[in-house]
Amino acid sequence: MNASATPTNRNTKVMNRFDVTSRLVNRLKHEEAVIGGIGNTNFDLWAAGHRPQNFYMLGSMGLAFPIALGVALAQPERRVFALEGDGSLLMQLGCLSTIAALKPKNLVMVVMDNGLYQITGSQPTPASAVADIVAIAIASGLADSTWAADEEDFERLVDQALSATVPILIGVRIDDKPGVGITRRDPVQIRERFMTGLGVRQAL
Amino acid sequence: MTAADGHAASQTERSWHEIVLQTLKRNEVRLVPYVPDRVLTALIRSLHADPFFTTFATAREEEAVGIVSGAWMGGTRGAVLMQTSGFATLANVLASLVMPCQIPLVMVVSERGTLGEFNYGQSLVCRTMRPVLDSLAMEHHTITRLDELEFTVDRSIKQAVTTQAAVALILSPLLTGGKVFDK
Repeated sequence: MNASATPTNRNTKVMNRFDVTSRLVNRLKHEEAVIGGIGNTNFDLWAAGHRPQNFYMLGSMGLAFPIALGVALAQPERRVFALEGDGSLLMQLGCLSTIAALKPKNLVMVVMDNGLYQITGSQPTPASAVADIVAIAIASGLADSTWAADEEDFERLVDQALSATVPILIGVRIDDKPGVGITRRDPVQIRERFMTGLGVRQAL
Repeated sequence: MTAADGHAASQTERSWHEIVLQTLKRNEVRLVPYVPDRVLTALIRSLHADPFFTTFATAREEEAVGIVSGAWMGGTRGAVLMQTSGFATLANVLASLVMPCQIPLVMVVSERGTLGEFNYGQSLVCRTMRPVLDSLAMEHHTITRLDELEFTVDRSIKQAVTTQAAVALILSPLLTGGKVFDK
């Protein structure tokens, strides 16, 4: 990563959240868990095709990474992905240090960064013009944090993360396009289906 | 002399924190993230010393609630330790994750703000705790007596798991001795 990167001189391509999410989901072959953060992040996860190992967070902004950490600790043999927006992560930056300290081998964090609170009217986040999420992650102790340069690079980083032995964070610069689908807001069913998908429960 | 000191004077009785630890263990509650609290120090130390438990500090209480919620969905039981002012940061995560998803969250709250509080802010924030719990119709028990502690903790964990509903176990200064101004 380029430590001096600022929003004006970044060399990373601006990608699309639904496209990137679809590329991620297409590479999951071993019932990996995926936690989708609040709003458009989980709308696009839903639109990429529901899987029983997906959990869609309907509230609790900022908790996608902590929830994924809990799943990762409970099921160390399963790879766990978490998709989070930049604004959401700003609400819970401390979790990066918690994850760095625990060093889960099976946790992969993806930050979808458009510098906007898109779903509330696309107001810029306080970080958008001044901060670098990947640099924050590295300084929080997550040494394996990288901006994806483009779609091909993102897929390469995901493939590496699938066999990594340390927590991985991938930053993705995305555009301001809205989510493609809308998650069915049925929290009990989402939770129950997720637990069934993880082999914790049997369906009635 | 506090009630806790009085109980500690008896050689045959276990301390409150030994009872909490053993009851968590008996109910297979393995994952215990916390935001530190002076009164909980003895419990936190003994959790760290026992390899049965995975226990660690988090930056915020709601982060710990997220972790325990994820772990529950992955098949591991957990509990979150905090003090009263930490509970005051949780209304959003309780209402938007724990309750709608029916997560059997177990919260152990060291009660500050009453029975000898020396910080006015703590006493004010304490008054918000039970109204928040009541407004969500969330089960909560304030434990004041050592002889009721094991029963309350044990039954509350079992009820949380079987009914898929959260519970707050509030440890009163009458039980723990609380934190006192010693300058």
